[in-house]
Amino acid sequence: MSRVTFTVNGGRHVIDVEPRCTLADALREQCAKPGTNIGCEHGVCGACTVLVDDEPVRSCLLFAVQAEGKSIRTVEGLAANGELHELQRAFVEHHALQCGYCTPGFLMLAVWCVENKPGATDEELRDLVASNLCRCTGYQNIVRAIRAVLDRTK
Amino acid sequence: MKAAAFEYHAPRTLSEATELLARYVGNDARVLAGGQSLLPAMAFRVATPAHLIDINNIGELGSLTVDQGHLVVRACVRHKAFEQTHDYGALGRLLARVVREIAHYPIRTRGTMCGSLVHADPSSEWCLVAATLDAEFTALSSGGRRVIQSADWFQGLMTTALQPDELLFEVRFPLLPEGTLAGFQEFSRRAGDFALAMALVTFRLESGLIADPRVGIGGVEATPRRLAEVERALVGRQPTAKTYAHAAASAETALDPLTDVRYDAEYRRDLACTMIRRALDEASPAP
Repeated sequence: MSRVTFTVNGGRHVIDVEPRCTLADALREQCAKPGTNIGCEHGVCGACTVLVDDEPVRSCLLFAVQAEGKSIRTVEGLAANGELHELQRAFVEHHALQCGYCTPGFLMLAVWCVENKPGATDEELRDLVASNLCRCTGYQNIVRAIRAVLDRTK
Repeated sequence: MKAAAFEYHAPRTLSEATELLARYVGNDARVLAGGQSLLPAMAFRVATPAHLIDINNIGELGSLTVDQGHLVVRACVRHKAFEQTHDYGALGRLLARVVREIAHYPIRTRGTMCGSLVHADPSSEWCLVAATLDAEFTALSSGGRRVIQSADWFQGLMTTALQPDELLFEVRFPLLPEGTLAGFQEFSRRAGDFALAMALVTFRLESGLIADPRVGIGGVEATPRRLAEVERALVGRQPTAKTYAHAAASAETALDPLTDVRYDAEYRRDLACTMIRRALDEASPAP
């Protein structure tokens, strides 16, 4: 077992993990943050996307021991004071989810985009969301939801 | 699936890392840099290393510098570092063009250029760039360092000259002279997917004629390489569509394409010629 210390949505976590435990599993099983969904477990689907030091990563492709000292943001950190994050509201308004399994990953990817690429073109948005798999929406509404937030905050 | 159990090592210095490699060399030790290929292999249990040596905490491995006419990329420089063109001219613009085709952004934030070069997947974009531009590889072990030229580095499908007790310390790319024209084209079924064929070309113009052409192909054969036949068909010629078509066609007999259950050799050969022609078009000076 290895001891790892990191923050999740600003809260400090000190956990003991086997080295082979991925960050995704550690978040869900040991940090009481099951909002991060695990899809393929080999980096293809993007469902487990979280922000590590404000960059999007596949949390199934990072061992928890590698997150020592890092600042991690998950979908649980988006809503504040009982209010959904504007991206979450936009996903609802634009029907950007159906089954919802991929949604936490898309939301974290979108958060990175809104915070770092406010001027993203539609082509850049499409390129970005191609990173994650959604089998319900056909992506159109996901792009529309992110577009709406980008336009509003411009 | 979950990865099989292993012992984790997080050395803080290069000498600690190479000593660990030397100690566990007979015991399936693997170096962990970005992990974007190694972790999937471990999740499938295709790779079951007994020891994982994580080099991410070795500060000096994160540097990206220009030294004596070369861009020097150390082991832990992530793909995303090349999305900005920085100040290394035509090479910077070329790398920024190529990096957009590598997987997706959340992979590029973690994956490393040197990791891709060690993994040596035939459809790796960085491997094609290294082969086409004649990059130089520096391997490090507890016994010292050695320099390997790209022609010797790529030895076969996912096989390089790197020994089990070595790690790839850095790779050096010669800077491209100002005025170098470059084109890169890749064909894959989906955005971010593995390339079925890709071509990289660079050349300059001297008195309006093509000089110093380099033409490399990747994803087609077991390893990326330059195509002397195509380069010969370009040198000293005018940069016209006719020259490009003739040069691209000369690749046809030079290639020994991979085949798999979906794509046969003929299809890959055809794609490769098309990618070469399109890369030449992209590199071509505006009329």
